[in-house]
Amino acid sequence: MERSLNYGGTDDLILEATELRLGLPGSDGHEKQSPATANHVMRNNKRAAPQGMSEEPRFKRISNESDIASNGDPDCEPPAKAQVVGWPPIRSYRRNSFQQKKSTDQDDGAGMYVKVSMDGAPYLRKVDLKFYKSYPDLLKALENMFKFAVGEYSEREGYNGSDFAPTYEDKDGDWMLVGDVPWDMFVSSCKRLRIMKGSEARGLGCL
Amino acid sequence: MQRMACSFPDEVLEHVFSFVQCDNDRNAISTVCKSWYKIERWSRRRVFVGNCYAISPDMVIRRFPDVRSIELKGKPHFADFNLVPDGWGGYVAPWISAMAAAYPWLEEIRLKRMVITDENLELISKSFKNFKVLVLSSCEGFSTDGLAAIAANCRNLRELDLRESEVEDLSGHWLKHFPDDYTSLVSLNIACLGCEVSFSALERLVGRCPNLRTLRLNRAVPLDKLANLLRRAPQLVELGTGAYSSELRPDVFSNLSGAFSGCKELKSLSGFWDVVPGYLPAVYPICCRLTTLNLSYATIQSPDLIKLVGQCQNLQRLWVLDYIEDAGLDAVAASCKDLRELRVFPSDPYGPEPNVPLTEQGLVSISEGCSKLQSVLYFCRQMSNAALMTIARNRPNMTRFRLCIIEPGTPDYLTLQPLDVGFGAIVEHCKDLQRLSLSGLLTDLVFEYIGTYAKKLEMLSVAFAGESDLGLHHVLSGCEKLRKLEIRDCPFGDKALLANAAKLETMRSLWMSSCSVTFGACKLLGQKMPRLNVEVIDERGTPDSRPESCPIDKLYIYRTVAGSRFDMPGFVWTIDEDSAMRLS
Repeated sequence: MERSLNYGGTDDLILEATELRLGLPGSDGHEKQSPATANHVMRNNKRAAPQGMSEEPRFKRISNESDIASNGDPDCEPPAKAQVVGWPPIRSYRRNSFQQKKSTDQDDGAGMYVKVSMDGAPYLRKVDLKFYKSYPDLLKALENMFKFAVGEYSEREGYNGSDFAPTYEDKDGDWMLVGDVPWDMFVSSCKRLRIMKGSEARGLGCL
Repeated sequence: MQRMACSFPDEVLEHVFSFVQCDNDRNAISTVCKSWYKIERWSRRRVFVGNCYAISPDMVIRRFPDVRSIELKGKPHFADFNLVPDGWGGYVAPWISAMAAAYPWLEEIRLKRMVITDENLELISKSFKNFKVLVLSSCEGFSTDGLAAIAANCRNLRELDLRESEVEDLSGHWLKHFPDDYTSLVSLNIACLGCEVSFSALERLVGRCPNLRTLRLNRAVPLDKLANLLRRAPQLVELGTGAYSSELRPDVFSNLSGAFSGCKELKSLSGFWDVVPGYLPAVYPICCRLTTLNLSYATIQSPDLIKLVGQCQNLQRLWVLDYIEDAGLDAVAASCKDLRELRVFPSDPYGPEPNVPLTEQGLVSISEGCSKLQSVLYFCRQMSNAALMTIARNRPNMTRFRLCIIEPGTPDYLTLQPLDVGFGAIVEHCKDLQRLSLSGLLTDLVFEYIGTYAKKLEMLSVAFAGESDLGLHHVLSGCEKLRKLEIRDCPFGDKALLANAAKLETMRSLWMSSCSVTFGACKLLGQKMPRLNVEVIDERGTPDSRPESCPIDKLYIYRTVAGSRFDMPGFVWTIDEDSAMRLS
């Protein structure tokens, strides 16, 4: 059958275009660098979790949330585009399941209750993070609630002089020591709290 | 010869016909002679109605008096993307009422994009003594109270599948309504439910149903309860987890891993909301048996995804977020040689910039490595004609190709040309292509290619494409097998529509929104084509209040033998033969 359709382009262009590369587009220089690499450099200051999970280089996505990242001045982010109805064509339940995830992080004025577990305690409690203004406030409340003492916090050694260490699970699912990041950042990224006891807790103090 | 054929007793013919299940073949049988027509209609047990408004319940019942299984579809596909206003229609109520009276032995009801109420569910549960299968796909209008009625009354229920429906969650107690002596559950899909179901009731239910093979849990089922469920149902073939997160604890992990290892028949996994990567290795022991893996809610990064998918050598279907990245798709192409279907969903669809390194390259790799690939749904932010041509040449066996380049009107990023020739290559090489979705910068040329080559195409989705009516004309005049055409935001107007009016009667439906079709053309079409329902959907008020040349908002045209429907809401206008504009 005669080919009446011209798939066009100069030979040179086609040759280059079909050259399959594993690198990101733009690695030959004339396109702007993907935001991926830019963001990779500016990560949150994270301490390794006690279980010894290694920090793998992670790709942190740019989000429109009030995500107070260490690199983020929200005013500098490009404005969210006005969304066309029904585009991209993603079904409601899929869109909703992302929103469901986001809404746990947002300030909806209804309090931010997170579960608190204590190793060895028979049941969990809940605290409203919004109720507290600072780490000492929160820690004192936890000490009262579970009848224990946290010891002294230092950035270098964590909590010293106690069998207990307060930890929390952040948005990425990592377990972090309470107190490392600014209070506001903690409140917006904390999903639940766990008061570790015993050798695991002491191990943190030695890091 | 003819006398011989008619001398077979009816029972013999009926027995022979029972081996023919395909609708098209049974339709053919019914046209042979009156006797065969009669026997065939009495013995047809399964009916599929692709558009619930194309025929009335009474007409179906008159033709087929003893149906045991019915499948109905309601709203147009673009309702999935909120383009169809609430209240448009798709009510199943008249069907349930009619069938409750006519089909006491009905066993199976499958609905897609329909509105079903708690009253309808209760009527189902009380009317059909042998009811076995209820599948509600993308349906709405009911609550957990309706589910309670089904659980309480359907003693022979095998399947309850709520696939992506919108359910009003009043309470998780509905599950308790399954009686203690009910043991026939085979398939339960409650993944779409928001609230917690009574977990102890779920455990007991799972434990006493030995034939349970499919269990899709909802997000509210915590991970630390999963192991116990699995141990009660080691025969499971398909599992959807709940939230896949918990504090990392070695005892919980080993319990879970042991439970998974005990499931020797498990072939399909889904769920994986809120994944904690540390728990993924718990499924490694069963990866080699998996044929279906749905990770489209799993917000995990490429390295974890690669480790997981790399062990699934028998994978046939993979749904995943674009966190998999091009590198991950390279790994899939290397490991999953049996892959038939790939869907890559966007993790940040509304963000202005790409957030992950996933490009056309990933899809090209898959097309090279996976020789059995037939079905693709791919969201990405850049594409080139060269890549599309490579994909087309690699995979001429492709039957479903849906590409969504997120930004409308994006050209070939290498040449800045439209993507016409790329998609042209797809339709030219993939001769069995049944379904196609276009995106990116496209002129009328792509439609010329489609009309010329896409002879087996049944469904086409178009958005933000084309330049003139010629584009629409190419498709309507060229695609012989076209059944469903849905178009949004394209400069197609009256000419192509009116010139191809007869074609519309050979199709199930046509949807056009934010195009350039005028009310005048709609009226003309409605008058000339009595077997088409021409529905103008416009929430701005009556189209008569605007000039006839003013473009309408949304248009839905479908063939029907049932005439205009009676349940149209105030924002739907239809035109009937006497050229009066009729409001329902």
